[in-house]
Amino acid sequence: MKKEILEILEGDGRTTPETLAAMIGMDPEEVRREIAALEQEKIILSYGALINWEKIGEDVVLAMIDVKVVPQREVGFDQVAERIYRFPEVQAVFLISGGYDLSVLVQGKSLKEVALFVAERLATLENVQSTMTHFILKKYKEAGIIFEDSDADRRQVVTP
Amino acid sequence: MSRRTEDFVSPLVRDMPPSGIRRFFDLVANTRGVISLGVGEPDFVTPWHVREAAIYSLERGYTMYTSNLGIPDLRREVAAYLERSYNLSYDPDSEIIITVGASEAVDLALRAVVTQGDEVLVPEPCYVSYRPCAALAGGTPVTVATKPENDFRVTPEVLLEALSPRSKVFVSCYPNNPTGGVMEAEDWMRLTGIFEEHDLLVIADEIYSELTYGGKHASLAAFPGMQKRVVLVNGFSKAFAMTGWRVGFAAGPREIINAMVKIHQYTMLCAPVMGQMAALEALRHGEDEMKRMLVAYDRRRRMIFKRICDMGLSCFEPRGAFYIFPSIETTGFSSDEFCERFLAEEKVALVPGTAFGASGEGHVRISYAASQQNLTEAMNRLERFINRHG
Repeated sequence: MKKEILEILEGDGRTTPETLAAMIGMDPEEVRREIAALEQEKIILSYGALINWEKIGEDVVLAMIDVKVVPQREVGFDQVAERIYRFPEVQAVFLISGGYDLSVLVQGKSLKEVALFVAERLATLENVQSTMTHFILKKYKEAGIIFEDSDADRRQVVTP
Repeated sequence: MSRRTEDFVSPLVRDMPPSGIRRFFDLVANTRGVISLGVGEPDFVTPWHVREAAIYSLERGYTMYTSNLGIPDLRREVAAYLERSYNLSYDPDSEIIITVGASEAVDLALRAVVTQGDEVLVPEPCYVSYRPCAALAGGTPVTVATKPENDFRVTPEVLLEALSPRSKVFVSCYPNNPTGGVMEAEDWMRLTGIFEEHDLLVIADEIYSELTYGGKHASLAAFPGMQKRVVLVNGFSKAFAMTGWRVGFAAGPREIINAMVKIHQYTMLCAPVMGQMAALEALRHGEDEMKRMLVAYDRRRRMIFKRICDMGLSCFEPRGAFYIFPSIETTGFSSDEFCERFLAEEKVALVPGTAFGASGEGHVRISYAASQQNLTEAMNRLERFINRHG
């Protein structure tokens, strides 16, 4: 049941407990309680909308930065990761396998702004050995949503 | 002296009643901003891996005719599918034919067995093609009037009422379009004796067999003594969202399949090769995507059934396909009136039950092959409408 609630909410966070309850055959009150518990346990972390900012003409520049770190005794990468993710410009931080250690997604209003953030805030951190910045040029798909998908219902209006 | 052009048309075709769906289609197509819940096909696009496999086959040059019976690999996959799903054993070389949709399979089966004077029993409400195809084959369609109190299942009583010494063929569609009803094992068991006693050939259209909720589909051919008198028709349109590809199949006794091939080889030659390639991919690797669609349909089904019941409309719980068939008698409108007024007042399209036979009067077919948003909005509008006119 929990998994079903999570799957549906991940698809559409606006789904009301009544609709959810009808879809999975549960009582709406039960659903409300489940959701509250899942939020409490931080299994459901947030309900944000996915926005295509470019479409309304907003200046948004994104970059994926690969960061090489000198891991610290006892805490490994966690402390460095925390120092990085506390910056509001940082949208995402992942610990990854391969030649680099952390993958950091940074958002700014311009190329210069992002580049300066990396140079002044990120690269200068203790334990950061090196960085490699990749500017994101185009978003095709994010969080399971295709940006330029034609949603058009191509079906005939009435068919047997 | 020459005829008027319309006099070239054969009386049989001229006298065929116009499609109730067609009339309603024209009405809806000319109304702007409509939410249509009158569509009899999935709202999903064919899964990408299936489309990709077909595209790749075209790139590699698979553009020619295939064997009349269909690509051997596809027939083998169909045989394997029937074996693992229903424990049914068919020889892919002589007992399976790949057709241009399940529609062609039904048509071929009728044309292969029906002649002048033969009666073809058709449970109603039913899919729009069975009666016309039976008539075109030269037979006489006979209605088996199923009832809402039986969830529109075929019972021995309604069947016996329709039987005559001239009855030869019985065409069924379960899970059912338009009612969303299913026939379970016990329901079929009550009829198998009658099929045998009256020596009927059954054309079992099982196109919605994968879309069942709360119980696995019971395939008639799997029942004792039935395989030799059932032409099992199925396809890929609904389970794998492949309606436009025009590919389906029939499995049955070799004598009947052979007769069907004889017609098919002259009229169609073969089902489209790209459709067959897509079907092959769907059968081999399509189960996950199919299950995802099924889960989506099930959630919508439960949501819509609850809304319909909460509105005070009488409706049995549909456990197959993607249709719900509530009674709208509380409004006092006929099916046609209800749908026309609902369309005009609330811009939502439903299909009048009468489009599927007289037994559908007093009911409407709602298809939940539509997005969650559209369904929710449509239900809100239906509730408003019922409150205004109930």
